[in-house]
Amino acid sequence: MKRIALGAALVGLVTLPTWVGGTYYVNIASQILFYAIFALGVNVLAGYAGLVSLGHAGLFGIAAYAGAKILGGGHGHLMVALVALATTLIFSAVFAVLALRGTGLGFVMITVALGQIVWGVAYRWISITNGDNGVTITGRPAPFGLSLASPRSFYWATLLVFLLAVASMAVFVASPFGASVRGTRDQPRRMNALGYNVWMIRFLAFLLSGFWSGVAGLLFLYYNQFVSPQAVALTASAEALLMVISGGTATLLGPITGAFLVVIMKNVASAYIERWNFVLGAIFVLIVVFMPEGLVPGTVRLARWTSTAWRPRAVQPTA
Amino acid sequence: MNVWVVLAVNSVTLGGLLFLLSAGFSLVFGLMKIPNLTHGSFFMLGAYLATSLIAAGFGFWTAAVVGGLLVALFGGIVERFILRRLAGAELAQVLVTLGLSFMVADVCLMVWTGDPIRIATPDGLRGATSVGGVGFPTYRLAVSLIAVVVAAALWALLDRTRLGAMIRAGVDDAEMARVTGIRVSRLFTIVFCLGAWLAGVAGVIGGPILSVYPGLDGEMLPLALVVVILGGSGSLLGSLVGSFVVGFLYNFGQAMFPELAYVVLFLPMLIVLVVRPQGLFGRPAV
Repeated sequence: MKRIALGAALVGLVTLPTWVGGTYYVNIASQILFYAIFALGVNVLAGYAGLVSLGHAGLFGIAAYAGAKILGGGHGHLMVALVALATTLIFSAVFAVLALRGTGLGFVMITVALGQIVWGVAYRWISITNGDNGVTITGRPAPFGLSLASPRSFYWATLLVFLLAVASMAVFVASPFGASVRGTRDQPRRMNALGYNVWMIRFLAFLLSGFWSGVAGLLFLYYNQFVSPQAVALTASAEALLMVISGGTATLLGPITGAFLVVIMKNVASAYIERWNFVLGAIFVLIVVFMPEGLVPGTVRLARWTSTAWRPRAVQPTA
Repeated sequence: MNVWVVLAVNSVTLGGLLFLLSAGFSLVFGLMKIPNLTHGSFFMLGAYLATSLIAAGFGFWTAAVVGGLLVALFGGIVERFILRRLAGAELAQVLVTLGLSFMVADVCLMVWTGDPIRIATPDGLRGATSVGGVGFPTYRLAVSLIAVVVAAALWALLDRTRLGAMIRAGVDDAEMARVTGIRVSRLFTIVFCLGAWLAGVAGVIGGPILSVYPGLDGEMLPLALVVVILGGSGSLLGSLVGSFVVGFLYNFGQAMFPELAYVVLFLPMLIVLVVRPQGLFGRPAV
């Protein structure tokens, strides 16, 4: 059953440009996919490691800016991808070392501050980042001679990366490393007593999270062929977190659903109203107050509840 | 030489404003364990409300007090009706305050449009005052003075009154304070409103210097965060020292490395985090 659903979803995704109708929708699908990659990256920390970051747009943006600068320097696309991702990893490591000085709320505050530093550099260090005007690039890569210039081919390339990201997440969740990350979230002291290096596990989780954020940032750059400080603003970090939380943290499907919802709402909402930020804030408040565990687990809970409502109540496991 | 004096005065002024902003943030964080991400919005909202009050014919100081009180009222509503429901769920509180800050920013944009609004310097404080042969802008001196008075008043409140003793007890150990019969939940409301009021007043007082514009909230919030990380949460002295450090760094940084001023600002925070994660005057986490 699960396999059939998975296969159907895969076929649906691959053939999407043929049935969705119009390049506009193909482009939106691409956006959903790279934001989903971003959300999956954020979810590694926010969901599985229990460390909520509000500075991930910084890492997303570092990849995009690094890519744009290297491309502007006249290097090839392979070089761009390699250096941009390496830069993102280095900055992820620096961010991790600093942010892991705190846990819980301390971690949140430090990531906010780090994200704002990146924003400050993007906005004010005009000689490098061109300030508010942003950096424009021309041309998308053509791996193996296949041009990604058309929306369709770019969609398929993004889909390929997206599937890789999902696969890597599935492997991560099932792996002993994934289990130890969840262990540091639920019982850091016991993990420490069992001989696990809690700090190192969190550090590696941060790197994994930063890596996929960087990949998403690079796709964002190629999609828009433009990056500006808006991409690294606190609002962008908050949007990524909203994707994770609205879909459901620490699930594979949650961040993808969340990315779908946020991108669709952003595009639909901005067609009808100017006030996207207000809507974003209101959704945030409503979800946190009324469906704190997210839409996917919330819906699963409701479905379970309706299917077991007439049976005797099982003992609820305590968290 | 004169340039450095002017920079120093500006730094003290900004430090004073930051103290008004971050003292409330620090108390709320220390007592309630909420990094209140709407705090920058309180600052901006106070300033915007004051522009409307002044346009309606009220004086500057009336506008400052009333604007502050309206923000305090808003803060009280947020605390009572939203944050109270989420007691104990710290992450949820972070997200709600963040969501609220987006909503406030967008409403301000809608009501007061995107153009920067300058609040006129109040009568009697325009021009310069000569101190020891050097002319200082009178208004900036006044702002520094207000910050000193507020700092003294807050210190007296926290250190010399019964309410202050209860707040300190709550910061140190909220559960023990509750056991001894202190109504900590009421303290939460009082401290939250006090913090919102201070932030709102700071916004109004900062108006003639900074003027009011969309994005002011997002610019002030990180400064408050830096001050609190630097000084240590829940410590008034920490906020005071942190505010002036940040004030000086910001102004001197802007004069010396204009493109990197915003980054220079965060350096001491990073150093403190590495060397002393609980902040200069904070207590180590148990």
